[in-house]
Amino acid sequence: MLAGRKGHDDVVIRGARVLDPVEGVDATLDVRVDGGTIAQLGESLEANGHRVVEGAGLTLVPAFVDLHVHLRTPGREDEETIESGTAAAAAGGYCAILAMPNTEPVIDEPELVRGLRVRALEEAHVPVGFFAAITKGQNGEELTEMGALADAGAVGFTDDGRPVQAAGLMRRALQYNAVTGRPIAVHCEEPTLTRGGHAHAGIVAAELGLGGWPSVGESLMVSRDVDLAGDTGQPVHLMHLSARESVEHLRRAQAHGIRATAEATPHHLCLTDEAVRSLDANLKMNPPLRTEDDRKALVDAVRDGTIGAIATDHAPHAPEEKDVPFEAAPFGVLGLETAFAALYTNLVEPGALPLQTLLERMSTGPAAIFGIERPRIAVGATANLTLIDLSASWRVKAENLRSRSTNSWLLDKRLQSRVTMTMANGRVAFS
Amino acid sequence: MTTDLRVVGGDLVPPQSERRHLLSMTDLTRDDVDRLLATAQSFALSQERENKKLPTLRGRLILNVFYESSTRTSSSFELAAKRLSADTMTLKSSGSSVEKGESLKDTTQTLSAYEPDVIVLRHPEAGAPEFVARNTEARVVNAGDGKHQHPTQALLDLFTMRQAFGRLDGLHVAIVGDVLHSRVARSLVQALEMVGADATFVGPPPLVPEGIVPVSHDIAAIADADVIYVLRMQKERMLAGANFVPSLREYAARWGITPERVRDGQRVMHPGPMNRGVEIDARVADSDASLVVDQVRAGLVVRMAVLYDLLTAGPVAVETAVGVA
Repeated sequence: MLAGRKGHDDVVIRGARVLDPVEGVDATLDVRVDGGTIAQLGESLEANGHRVVEGAGLTLVPAFVDLHVHLRTPGREDEETIESGTAAAAAGGYCAILAMPNTEPVIDEPELVRGLRVRALEEAHVPVGFFAAITKGQNGEELTEMGALADAGAVGFTDDGRPVQAAGLMRRALQYNAVTGRPIAVHCEEPTLTRGGHAHAGIVAAELGLGGWPSVGESLMVSRDVDLAGDTGQPVHLMHLSARESVEHLRRAQAHGIRATAEATPHHLCLTDEAVRSLDANLKMNPPLRTEDDRKALVDAVRDGTIGAIATDHAPHAPEEKDVPFEAAPFGVLGLETAFAALYTNLVEPGALPLQTLLERMSTGPAAIFGIERPRIAVGATANLTLIDLSASWRVKAENLRSRSTNSWLLDKRLQSRVTMTMANGRVAFS
Repeated sequence: MTTDLRVVGGDLVPPQSERRHLLSMTDLTRDDVDRLLATAQSFALSQERENKKLPTLRGRLILNVFYESSTRTSSSFELAAKRLSADTMTLKSSGSSVEKGESLKDTTQTLSAYEPDVIVLRHPEAGAPEFVARNTEARVVNAGDGKHQHPTQALLDLFTMRQAFGRLDGLHVAIVGDVLHSRVARSLVQALEMVGADATFVGPPPLVPEGIVPVSHDIAAIADADVIYVLRMQKERMLAGANFVPSLREYAARWGITPERVRDGQRVMHPGPMNRGVEIDARVADSDASLVVDQVRAGLVVRMAVLYDLLTAGPVAVETAVGVA
């Protein structure tokens, strides 16, 4: 399902703390990769002429999987390309990413999926899975040919950026999931409640005079979609949850055996709407940043596994689009190159989330939701490895980003921990 | 120069600091507010003279950039600049490059090439003045941005209230109507809090945000107020289908300020333009209780004070600057 080059690199990583919470590994070891496959874990392994990476003081973990990336290709290659977006992903420690279909044109025809997969094989630094749209042109009116799109290699279906407003159509899409077997991911937004909204409908928006985007604008659709998943018996994946009420609906649905999964973004886990007081357009996202109570609910849900995946919603925008007054700016921020460091700095270091849990939610968790091979550190596994210097401190600089865009909410901020090497699908994608 | 400065007195010298702006009420301290009101008071005295013009800002350039229609604010800023002998131009979005799609960044850079001392900006989007301030060397005055802030309106309202009541501390102000869409209300509640006055929002639930000051949905709540501050019902927001209120007629019946709802001793204010017969009855607008014309008069001297305050850095510095020029 993922399109990307298979690597056959020979590497020995020496003396890193090898940490794979799912495999139950936490020890200082050498790891030898032969031809892109993990061949041996042990002490003082022979280099055998392999490239030797000194890992002393560093931490080697299963590489990350991002379920939610906007590569802006086709149509807005000035903002991001498959090449630049996957370079950013590799620098962030990702070995696989899934790309959203709200491009120009929308990915709603099998030939578009095939074309993107060919390009990914040529230029992607890490494998990419391509979503197709649920409805033609994402207009919310007519289903795409989901069977043909799945056959062409679509990894799943979503109308991200827009909700599927009609409940009847959403139900049909979920029913059809039984044919394609590829998950449906939903952007939960009730548009009549969010029209004109620029920030969370709370005290900050009231004081600033910004149009409100209320929590119920999300939670109402979460409630509907988990009910439809229950009704159809099909799985549904809820993207970028932001509100406590949404988490509560999800938790209740899961308790009833409904196959609902969810993701949360680094920015929703680290920030609240207080940040919007700066009126900096790099703090404008959809869904919006919410209150501390919502943020805590998201962190709790990530910790207990109700939310099984952290996804970036990496959304590049051209400078001329973001360098405008807050209300005139489009929604969306970058995420790939800073996700782990932002979460390590803001959640792990203060003790709000164990490192092991963060690693699981950025790798095994998201992989499982979309049936992607789980990155793991074990003999025989494809090398999908990320080497991290947890003691490094660095400042996010626009000129150092690999993304073609610079709309990061972390510009000029200092972060703790830095990815130093990434192996994706058996090849060194970043070092 | 010293004779001109004596007009406002030596104790009204603003702090000498780096380039300042007036983007939001939150940019000001209580001391700033007191100083600006006192400066405005001394300018008010100067406006009683036959020759109303002061040479204080001679040679300075003040650009008024208005991306939204405005009568009171644009005319009073322009006149304030002229009364202080500054060069001034008022640019409107219609008939300018803005109509050709020029970005705010480019317009700012273009106008900044004239090296203005102050850019006064009215813009439909919240945060536009902050954006302009980041992209120019000029001082920036927010003349209203989106539904966000309108700090000079709040200052002129304080000035008007203090003239009418002789004090601000302990005054109670009922702000009535469409608070949700009102930058005036947002700046005013911050200003009132700063000077020790209280505010209550009164109006229909969809138009009155919770959590900022006490809220009442019953017009009877205005009975306790010293000042009934009436907000404009923006007709364009009340078009059929918007459903903030069922109709303007229903709004007028439940929340309109009629003579029966105003008790003796209360004063009525309105930032204008008024919709007579909707949020305010014509008999109230024209009554002795109304301070609407006083507000317009205050607008001129308060804006003179704001421009003066931003551009003067004390007598010595001014003399030096003039000597160099």
